[in-house]
Amino acid sequence: MSDISMRTKAMTLGEIGLIIVFIALACFSLLVASKAYDPGYAFHAWLFAAASCVAIFAIFNRYHDRPAEPPPQSIDGKPNYNFAPVKFMSLAAMFWGIAGFSVGLYLACEMAFPVLNFDLPWIAFGRLRPLHTSAVIFAFGGNVLLATSFYVVQRTCRARLAGDLAPWFIALGYNFFIVIAGTGYLLGITHSKEYAEPEWYADILLVCVWVTYLLVFLGTLWKRAEPHIYVANWFFLAFIVTIAVLVLGNNASIPVSIYSPKSYIVWSGVQDAMIQWWYGHNAVGFFLTAGFLGIMYYFIPKRANRPIYSYRLSIVHFWALIFLYIWAGPHHLHYTALPDWAQTLGMTFSIMLWMPSWGGMINGLMTLSGAWDKLRTDPVLRMLVVSVAFYGMATFEGPVMSIKSVNALSHYTDWGIGHVHSGSLGWVGFVSFGALYCLVPWLWNRRELYSLKLVNWHFWIATIGIVFYITAMWVAGIMQGLMWRAYTSQGFLQYSFVETTEAMHPMYIIRALGGGMFLIGAVIMAYNLIMTIVAAPRADEIATPAPALAPAE
Amino acid sequence: MTASTPGRSLWQRHQIIEKNSILLLIGILIAVSIGGLVEVLPLFYLKSTIEKVDSIRPYSPLELMGFNIYVREGCYLCHSQMIRPLRDEVERYGHYSLAAESMYDHPFQWGSKRNGPDLARVGGKYSDDWQRDHLRNPRAVVPASIMPGYPWMEKKPLDPTHIGEHLATLALEGVPYTKDMIDDAVADAWAQGSGDDASPDFLKRYPKAIVRDLGGNKGQMTEADALIAYLQLLGTQVDFKIYDDKANIR
Amino acid sequence: MSTYEIMQRFAASFGLAWFGLIAVIATVYALLPSKSDAFDEAARIPLRED
Repeated sequence: MSDISMRTKAMTLGEIGLIIVFIALACFSLLVASKAYDPGYAFHAWLFAAASCVAIFAIFNRYHDRPAEPPPQSIDGKPNYNFAPVKFMSLAAMFWGIAGFSVGLYLACEMAFPVLNFDLPWIAFGRLRPLHTSAVIFAFGGNVLLATSFYVVQRTCRARLAGDLAPWFIALGYNFFIVIAGTGYLLGITHSKEYAEPEWYADILLVCVWVTYLLVFLGTLWKRAEPHIYVANWFFLAFIVTIAVLVLGNNASIPVSIYSPKSYIVWSGVQDAMIQWWYGHNAVGFFLTAGFLGIMYYFIPKRANRPIYSYRLSIVHFWALIFLYIWAGPHHLHYTALPDWAQTLGMTFSIMLWMPSWGGMINGLMTLSGAWDKLRTDPVLRMLVVSVAFYGMATFEGPVMSIKSVNALSHYTDWGIGHVHSGSLGWVGFVSFGALYCLVPWLWNRRELYSLKLVNWHFWIATIGIVFYITAMWVAGIMQGLMWRAYTSQGFLQYSFVETTEAMHPMYIIRALGGGMFLIGAVIMAYNLIMTIVAAPRADEIATPAPALAPAE
Repeated sequence: MTASTPGRSLWQRHQIIEKNSILLLIGILIAVSIGGLVEVLPLFYLKSTIEKVDSIRPYSPLELMGFNIYVREGCYLCHSQMIRPLRDEVERYGHYSLAAESMYDHPFQWGSKRNGPDLARVGGKYSDDWQRDHLRNPRAVVPASIMPGYPWMEKKPLDPTHIGEHLATLALEGVPYTKDMIDDAVADAWAQGSGDDASPDFLKRYPKAIVRDLGGNKGQMTEADALIAYLQLLGTQVDFKIYDDKANIR
Repeated sequence: MSTYEIMQRFAASFGLAWFGLIAVIATVYALLPSKSDAFDEAARIPLRED
């Protein structure tokens, strides 16, 4: 790098290139908006045009404010970390978490009291459910993963994030994708593939963002000052790469026209089912597991101030997990028209998957060995450790449910919903909350959280909420499964379908209660984190503050 | 980074580092692709994946519009279309589902959760009027139902203007729609709702399609009509009185 | 021989061997005594302050 200090300020190639891309996108979006077949699609085209204009303005504005030199890679021998996008994504995660949990609570209430659908198309259960799943998995979970992976990769590589505009393109582009996807569901724009509902144009945006994400992550790894790639980054990398492959495979579709939001998936019937659950199960395996294991492998050692229990175990854990997970998809299709050999294969690998999952759990939990007393004094660490315990529970229940004879009872019932939520609320939720409680003081250079007492309240309210939720769903699921197959002494089916629905009403109310408690916990967290940013005392001067951009809120 | 290090050794160091992360990347890709390939690929080649059933035809334009409404409203989130070969399911819903029955579904609608009953064989079980009443207000006909009401659906006019493009797209993906079917798609959509006025061409293209007088001859059909045309077709395409289970044993 | 049979045989022979080989390599790599110091050092990366 040349060190001529009096360089005249000029636009970088990236700035010019992006401006051209966004001008083209804005023009194209306006054309599409004028000819769209469907008002919802026209609305999205307008959103794309508006977002492009905002992006062009933002790039010029940033150019105007920035110094002529690119930001230095290090200051006084310390890496000059780029934490501004990480701050933005942490706040976005907080916002989407509360939004997603609220929609989930509303859906739970709709199931208990269907009058809440109000006969309106936009809030009917079928349109709201994808909004809930996408908001919690991709908006909340996704922003947590983006924020933590960008934080961890910088700190463990001791290098500034690669790229200048690219990290902001990822942060803003990803959240714009969420807005397009979410509003699309309410307007009835959907692929109908579970957890992959966004239509073709949203998918194209996601792929652009995701490829940039991979390049920024790899670029930062290449710049690293540490000889080793820390194991958390392995998990993040596996998450990024595999999600790219899965999304491309499962969303392969041909649009009816560029003026129509509708597209048709190229796969059909049984092949489509297999590809959907190859995607669906590995969205769990690589998005909700591998990515969040990356969080576990950094935040638990860091918070406990002890190295991971066994680095060797983490290596075996990594390869075994990614090798086995990818085979487990067909357990979602037991006893269906999928050929038997595929079902058996899926079941076998699902059971084998129990081993690496518990290997990871042991590795996380045993990191605390010799320091168990910290669980009493530090509610943030307690949250992280309990998340790992929930991970162990969910990854034990999963293989059990993948056994065909168990699955014959559990499939199509609320047992599945309970299983998913013990993993998502207990594991993904708690590990994310723990990470956010760590991240916010670090990023905003605060000595500690605003209130550890509130963290304690959050922990207990949310834990009791989860227990209500999953026990209600176990009872509802097993009860319904048994009622479906109950026979009278004369050999007739004992219950009509709707009688099983009626029987679950009390369980649905308890579930809504549990979900409500989880939401209250998250609101407490948001208050605590915001107060940490605005009111907590600053940390000592030693820690390097991020002087760069103020986070957009 | 360390600018003081001589360029050459830095470069060498850099290469090794790059190689490592690329190796990691390749390792991950290999590890995750094996499982996917072994499970997915054979399904496309294995002859017995999909049974041979001659009577299954692609959706008529009106049925396809109904299918798309079913997708749009997220019906698959509460209703499965996959009857498992378990005694209680077969007695409750009918013959277990064949892979062939969803071979023209882009995407598949097997579902994963039953908040409501399976719909794989709902076709012909209830009258059109029952379906209409049920869509308008499910609790009017099933008091304990938790399904949302869709009263707006029978007020929303059906717009088949672009349905030909839909058929053409599906034809690209291997659904056997002929050029005539694509060209006449809009007319065929109206024809299916015209009762006795339905054109004979339509019935030749889509044998056994359920033709009703839904106001198609006046160009006045609603989304509810399309959805009901789709629902009434579900599970009726295979005649299990003559279907030979043994011939397709897998 | 059908395409499926070819792939099935490949998966059951070379595929299985490859699968086992990867597992062995990963385990041996993880347990290599000479790697002990490197792993200890890597495990301490998050704890270092800069």
